[in-house]
Amino acid sequence: MIPSWVQLAYLLAAVCFIMALKGLSSPRGARRGNALGAAGALIACVVVFFEGGLHHLVPILIAVAVGAALGAATAQRVQMTQMPQLVALFNGVGGGAAALVALLELSDLLPTDGSGERFALAATAFTIVVGSVSFAGSLVTFAKLQELITTRPVVFPGLPVAFGAALLAALALAVLVVARPALWMGVVLGLVGLAVGVLLVLPVGGADVPIVISLLNAFTGLSVAAGGYVLGNTLLLVGGTLVGASGTFLTKLMASAMGRSLTHTLFGALQGGSTLGGGEISDRPVRSAGPEDVAILLAYAQRVIVVPGYGLAVAQAQHTLRELVDVLGERGVSVDYAIHPVAGRMPGHMNVLLAEAQVPYEQLVEMERINGDFKQADVVLVVGANDVVNPAARTTPGAPIYGMPILNADQAQQVVFMKRSMRPGFAGIDNELLFDAKTTLLFGDAKETMGKLLNAVKAL
Amino acid sequence: MNESVTWLTIFILSIFVGVEVIAKVSTTLHTPLMSGANAIHGIILIGAILVTGTTQSTGALVVGLLAVVLATINMVGGFLVTDRMLEMFRPRRPTPSDATPKRQDTA
Repeated sequence: MIPSWVQLAYLLAAVCFIMALKGLSSPRGARRGNALGAAGALIACVVVFFEGGLHHLVPILIAVAVGAALGAATAQRVQMTQMPQLVALFNGVGGGAAALVALLELSDLLPTDGSGERFALAATAFTIVVGSVSFAGSLVTFAKLQELITTRPVVFPGLPVAFGAALLAALALAVLVVARPALWMGVVLGLVGLAVGVLLVLPVGGADVPIVISLLNAFTGLSVAAGGYVLGNTLLLVGGTLVGASGTFLTKLMASAMGRSLTHTLFGALQGGSTLGGGEISDRPVRSAGPEDVAILLAYAQRVIVVPGYGLAVAQAQHTLRELVDVLGERGVSVDYAIHPVAGRMPGHMNVLLAEAQVPYEQLVEMERINGDFKQADVVLVVGANDVVNPAARTTPGAPIYGMPILNADQAQQVVFMKRSMRPGFAGIDNELLFDAKTTLLFGDAKETMGKLLNAVKAL
Repeated sequence: MNESVTWLTIFILSIFVGVEVIAKVSTTLHTPLMSGANAIHGIILIGAILVTGTTQSTGALVVGLLAVVLATINMVGGFLVTDRMLEMFRPRRPTPSDATPKRQDTA
């Protein structure tokens, strides 16, 4: 029997989690909310040792220390640009942990003939499958974001069949585990779950990966909740369900911010259609210019809109960009940053990156608010962005990004693209705007070129 | 009340709480919120400790310890990386460069 005070401590931790989520959804309370969540987790991790009847304390504490050191080191060292893949990785290991816990639970449940423990067995099977799906799926998203594998949708002819078969196999095995439980079945179930996870994420295109991370996050939450039911632990049930529910809802919010439906995100590539754009470099003529020409263009404009993208952050050019905007401001040019909901690699990612460069909040304008202003803009400066200003999203029904709301950069008088090369964006498709008559390209590493541009503007 | 019904009650109520508390989140905070929620499901660590602590065989112990390591990475790394993200959102203190006139009105 678990002591009552331990149960009450779990309740306190659960309340901390709820307050944490509440805090995290408002800019003001976000940091405190996160700290509250950590406090709740810490309380739970201490009191769990007072449940009684636990052995192997030394190895467990060593394992906790190892995990904490690994987690802390990775979290401290990662660059802000790589955060999305880190979240994917952390989510994956959480799912893996849940699946392993469920396997051990299964071996504890085994002496029964399955009759009295149906619910517990079903929950165990659920945790094993969903935990492994989340583990494998998250690792594939990690590989995609880290560009270890192609960011384009991976589709092969038998894929829908293989996915369907894996899903059916998982379902059949889960039913078997409940009817005639055996440990080896649990292991096979886990392996099938891994296959489902890989097959689920492979066909998802790079630009949609954030939505999938959020979905897998919700999956892990649900598997933790089911694990909590089997273990008879209310905190796991509440914590897991909170994440499962809020994660599912957040996934929906993200998808609608990108103008996508969830089914389209997951299965869009399977319906064909994203055959557009071989990811090859086009050799059509473009107009390019040097930093001095662009400097004149910017300095004598009245209204400039900057469209920052992932390339800006990769080159670490956000500080130089802010300086440039400040100098332009001193010359009387009105400058704003147009923030696409998914600029960067995730919703809100660009806000994090620009906040790091101390760009004031007021200058960051969300898409809906600024899209009407592009017509009046003299110059749009696109730095390291591509897909978010690609008119194909409006005009080309077959394109992978078709239907995604974009920034109306093409409506401005002049467009300047700062690009490293003619390589297509993350979605892997050509951008017609690059070849437009009013477009000027400024090639080079964003940081270096931005520095030259800054000096050129200062010299005017 | 049947114990399973109690669990179901907690489950259903938690779903509503989970959706309600984040219903008003702004796009800006989607990434930190996802990351924070991600850290919270690291609470599976409690489960990992419980099953590892009651296990009998060496094989199960090894699997359990692996689960403990993975869950701790999830939890500790998750909260720390969320904090690093949110650190960037600190309201900017007035600095000398803020003294320069704003040019929003020139448009």
